[in-house]
Amino acid sequence: MDQFASSRIPISLTVNGQRHQLAIEPWVTLLDLLRERLSLTGAKKGCDQGQCGACTVLIDGQRINSCLQLAVTRDGAEITTIEGLADDGQLHPLQASFIKHDAFQCGYCTPGQICSAAGLLAEGHTHSRAEIREHMSGNLCRCGAYTNIADAIEDVMQSRAAMKEAAE
Amino acid sequence: MNRYDYVRPDTVADAITALANPDARALAGGTNLVDLMKYDVARPALVVDINRLPLKSIEVSGDKLRVGALVSNSDLAWHPDVQARWPLLASAILAGASPQLRNAATTGGNLLQRTRCYYFYDPSTACNKRAPGSGCSAIGGVNRIHAILGASSACIAVHPSDMCVALAVLGATVEVEGPQGQREIPFAEFHRLPGDMPERDNTLQQGELITAVAIPAPQFGSHFTYLKLRDRLSYAFALVSVAAALQIENGTIKDARIALGGVAHKPWRDVEAEQSLRGQAPEPRVFEAVAQLILRDAKGQGENDFKIELATRAIARALAQAAAGMPQNQSDKVIQ
Repeated sequence: MDQFASSRIPISLTVNGQRHQLAIEPWVTLLDLLRERLSLTGAKKGCDQGQCGACTVLIDGQRINSCLQLAVTRDGAEITTIEGLADDGQLHPLQASFIKHDAFQCGYCTPGQICSAAGLLAEGHTHSRAEIREHMSGNLCRCGAYTNIADAIEDVMQSRAAMKEAAE
Repeated sequence: MNRYDYVRPDTVADAITALANPDARALAGGTNLVDLMKYDVARPALVVDINRLPLKSIEVSGDKLRVGALVSNSDLAWHPDVQARWPLLASAILAGASPQLRNAATTGGNLLQRTRCYYFYDPSTACNKRAPGSGCSAIGGVNRIHAILGASSACIAVHPSDMCVALAVLGATVEVEGPQGQREIPFAEFHRLPGDMPERDNTLQQGELITAVAIPAPQFGSHFTYLKLRDRLSYAFALVSVAAALQIENGTIKDARIALGGVAHKPWRDVEAEQSLRGQAPEPRVFEAVAQLILRDAKGQGENDFKIELATRAIARALAQAAAGMPQNQSDKVIQ
């Protein structure tokens, strides 16, 4: 069993492909670690209670509310934030689609929306408009851009399905 | 959040040793405990991070599903065998929380989640569950979401789980391990009514850890549903939910199981009422009668009086869905 005499616990995290060795107090959330110590302010602190989804990041490929994760419990994990979705300056298809469909107003929820949508696509359980709405229900948009958010995700989902079909 | 010590055991035995400290709390997915720590409702002296324990497997052997305590809600709900053979369980899980929360939340943690009573979450108010003996602010207070069955003068909180409502119908068994060794707790005996000890949500003993939940294969085929009614269509706790399952043979009900969520301190089952359905025809008149029977002792608190009528209608509707073999769709939400 790992016992820690010091209040700072050594952990290793790979964030957007970059490995970090950190010493962190056990009460620091992953969200605070990303924002305050690694200066990755894309993931937003909306409610800080797991109710709004603005803090959504991908942990080992799965979308999770980073505000409810203590960073120490994710020692060794691979984290992807909104800053890590673009590929060598090329926008992630979801980022491009959010712009194309004007899927935001104030933009505060957008990093969480896009990370959540990336998780949704990877899960592969979403095949209809109703399922997009249901499977994006963990991300609130106070501006009410839901229609365009669903359009943006549906667009990427359909083009991926078409590409998959063409490949088969 | 208060300051605490942190340990990360690799074995169940080491975790149990650490949990012998009465001020220790086991931490798994964190979706409830971290939230409660932020509100200063939970103030552990020691956090025992159990995420490295070998409790992450889903085993199907013969007619039994055995789910490790650390299996995430998502992994359980989308497991092909669970989708095919335990669809009521999958449906109830997918009716709860959000995909992000389900990715983190665990099976054991779902059973151990605390109530969402506003006063329990607010340390500036009286709450017998949070501070025994301080009183109940919900009685006579804001109590729209509170209990209509099995409440006491000390506490009218409800258990918020969806998954547990399905587990109640499925006749699950909770496997636990503690300082005295291993034991199994029938699901109906796991959660408890508040009585004069509302600080105790369940019958776990000090230092015991849930290791798995075992679930027998259901006998009701497609005659089941999980119907959840709430203030918005998704990502909200139930005002009333119903898990219903019927065994129908030659046009009559051979066996029935009904559990309610959002109405009591535990998933609510009334075995006597269930048995009254045996031998009856699966039709609306019968369903309405059993719904009245289940709610016969219901008591509103003022703001939640509507739940009595809502639950009565929800039971009848859920039984009609089950009889028709038309489980509630958890995506489009249209109630047939």
